[in-house]
Amino acid sequence: MTDLQWLIGGEAGYGIVTTGVMMSKIFTRLGLSVFDYVEYPSLIRGGHNAYYVRGSDNPIFSQRKGIDILVALNKDTINKHKDEVSENGAIIYDPSVTKVEPQEFSPSILRVEVPLLEITKKVGADHLMINTVAIGASLALFYSDFGVLQKILTDVFGKKGEKVIQENLNASKAGFDYVKTHSAPPFKKQVNALKQQNLLISAAEAVALGAIRAGLQFAAIYPMTPINGVMTTIVQNASTYGIVVKEPEDEIAGINMAIGASFAGARSLVATSGGGFSLMVESLGLAAQTEVPLVVVEGMRPGPATGMPTWTEQGDVRFVLHAAQGDFPRIVIAPGDAEEAFGFTMTAFNLAETYQLPVILLVDKYLMESHATVPFENLSSRADSFRIERGKLLRDEDVAVQTDYKRYALVEDGISPRSIPGQKGGIGLAGSDEHDEHGLYSEDAHMRVSMMDKRFKKLDSAIPHIPPPDLYGDEKAPVTIVSFGSTKMPIFEAMSSLAREGIAIRFLKVSYLNPFPTEAVASTMKDSQKTLVIENNKTGQFEGLIREYTGFSVSDHLRKYDGRPFYPEEIVDHVKTLLKK
Amino acid sequence: MTELKDLEITYDKPNWCPGCGDFGVWISLKNAIVSLNLNPWEVVLVSGIGCSSKLPYWVKTYGFNGLHGRPMPVAEGIKLANQGLTVIVIGGDGDQYGEGANHLIHAARRNIDLTVMVHNNQIYGLTTGQFSPTTDIGEKNKANPNPIIEVPLNPIALALSAGATFVARGFAGDNKQETQLITEGVKHKGFAIIDTMQPCVTFNHKNTFSWFYERVYKLEEEGHDPLNRIKAFERAEEWPLRKVLEQNQKERIPTGIFYKEDRSTWEDATLQIQKAPLVKQSMENRDITPLLRELM
Repeated sequence: MTDLQWLIGGEAGYGIVTTGVMMSKIFTRLGLSVFDYVEYPSLIRGGHNAYYVRGSDNPIFSQRKGIDILVALNKDTINKHKDEVSENGAIIYDPSVTKVEPQEFSPSILRVEVPLLEITKKVGADHLMINTVAIGASLALFYSDFGVLQKILTDVFGKKGEKVIQENLNASKAGFDYVKTHSAPPFKKQVNALKQQNLLISAAEAVALGAIRAGLQFAAIYPMTPINGVMTTIVQNASTYGIVVKEPEDEIAGINMAIGASFAGARSLVATSGGGFSLMVESLGLAAQTEVPLVVVEGMRPGPATGMPTWTEQGDVRFVLHAAQGDFPRIVIAPGDAEEAFGFTMTAFNLAETYQLPVILLVDKYLMESHATVPFENLSSRADSFRIERGKLLRDEDVAVQTDYKRYALVEDGISPRSIPGQKGGIGLAGSDEHDEHGLYSEDAHMRVSMMDKRFKKLDSAIPHIPPPDLYGDEKAPVTIVSFGSTKMPIFEAMSSLAREGIAIRFLKVSYLNPFPTEAVASTMKDSQKTLVIENNKTGQFEGLIREYTGFSVSDHLRKYDGRPFYPEEIVDHVKTLLKK
Repeated sequence: MTELKDLEITYDKPNWCPGCGDFGVWISLKNAIVSLNLNPWEVVLVSGIGCSSKLPYWVKTYGFNGLHGRPMPVAEGIKLANQGLTVIVIGGDGDQYGEGANHLIHAARRNIDLTVMVHNNQIYGLTTGQFSPTTDIGEKNKANPNPIIEVPLNPIALALSAGATFVARGFAGDNKQETQLITEGVKHKGFAIIDTMQPCVTFNHKNTFSWFYERVYKLEEEGHDPLNRIKAFERAEEWPLRKVLEQNQKERIPTGIFYKEDRSTWEDATLQIQKAPLVKQSMENRDITPLLRELM
């Protein structure tokens, strides 16, 4: 069994992220199951960047502890990560830059000294290309054929022209050859290529692709970690698919632009993090009050205020569920991995338009910026089977015959037929004020109650169409884990490693945080032996929701709020301790 | 042909104070729509919060009454989604020069084809008379017992420097001129702002109709060239004043078109909507296979 975790560390500005994605791509092309995870500070130059890439010939779901190959571009990387290097691992470093003392690593660890800087000079490349030399050197350790990297570099740099491709090829080939000729004894962990057709995708890319497939027409996004990848992917494909993407002056402008475009009939999206969402809050209520469909992507990171801008947390659960004054219906969905992010994004657009309300996709930095392999077929079949549903959006000919059109008609299911500007006969006003059926402001007590009830009826109408939470694992398992969102990834990983030890676990993964799947969660809680809630925040926001909706208290919880995601090992240890109790 | 009666709603009527300047602007807007022969269903009035922002309720076109300070980005979204619509932003000095000033600046930079009508009464009327960003320096009232020390915001100079391509000042006491300015503003392809002096008869006891009648003059009658940007700034500097005048002095308030410029609009530069408005383009059956393949 191959299970190799590689890490490259160095100063920001040395292409650590590009190199990390490149290594993920190598593993992907070799047919492995891949997961990568990046840690970096909020600055452009300096500071420490670390990119973990894990590849295995068995399905994997998250990063794990232990590094098999550590590429240290500076001494800082050695200092920070030396204790993580596994037995029989290897370290790659440039002895002219980084001094490694004999006692720093156990004798089982292979020291691969590569003159990265000298090689860049020799091949006539910029000193910043030491990362490219290092990736060639890394490949040489665990695989015999340079061809895979040659193909990737040609694909990745294809648009930048022959010269750039050649420079990268020269640098990485020189690193590859150097290790092949100098490294003895050979590295023990070799990789055998498999024939799997996977693609490598981050949830940020998955959200963007899902949105494109779902008919996205307008996005106004103010940059913010961790949703920048969504914007980049959409922008790069905007002209192909006819999407207008604008960078507004702030998040308030962004959400109001999206509301305007949606009011006019375009499928619209905004994406932000907690700070930007804080600015959008009043307008979220506006979308709900005017019954304008809207999809909001909220990428959580540790708060409050600026917090830890490039790290991860699940601390905005209560915030998105309750954001904005007053009561109004909203749908909140938390995807658990990139494939779910793709599917739920498409679903979100249909829900928003069918029920004419805001739909929030609650994601986080860990999910958005990690890449994972997904079988090509999984995403392409989801894309193929998706159908756009626009609900009660009126066609021009239906509106034209209206004599007294009422935008907010009080109808049984709460969903009033919707006209858009430009349609003759559909004239109406969308009002932030409480309003009557025509949209005219109204402070009448009876009308107020009717309109509030009408808006909430839409959520009642949606409930039967919302799928129950996912239940994985053994029904008779002594422990049922209950969680939501990105924790699915390390939980899956922990489940598979516990399974190898003969310990069965059940996992209830909640995706819809609103409307909350009360019955399904309650019934699972009821027939579980021990229940364990895992969430990436301090106060147990999700655990509180379970208690609030179902009345059940869980047996135990595992929480984390240090800016890092869960490691499967932490979950395994916790489960074992719980089993002993 | 669009007639005034086509713009009238039957189930409500304006509830502004008797004599309010908003009535004049309301009538002028309807006159402009008629004189431009716009189809009411192809006009969208987008407003914020305040007395003047209620105007869209009383004109039978499409309307969007949003949040305080935020009508501008809503209007920008509407225009980008369907540039075939005539989109008019309506708000007061609180909406446009206070809460939403940032949006005003950026919309002007973009030169998006909107017409922005600011009902500038130099006071917060709906909340019973607090100071606004354009309240004259030295003013005091019940809500603000000490003379205001802030220099009033100069909307004309602000719009000019931000990049607006049609900058005008109207007066609610001159419907003929106001109608003309709105008509010209809508016809102008680009960002048009009409700062309209609109006396608040209930809370602003200084800047009254008669106060304005004694001070306003028309730029075109004094040979102002609206294509001259420097001259436009000079005229903009005439009012509002940055200091309190002596008893015997009287300011002059220029009205009419300060500046006009031809510059490509935000919509012109948005390639995706050159063939058809977004809402007329199909979003069905998009093939994302090439994008998925790129990830392999």
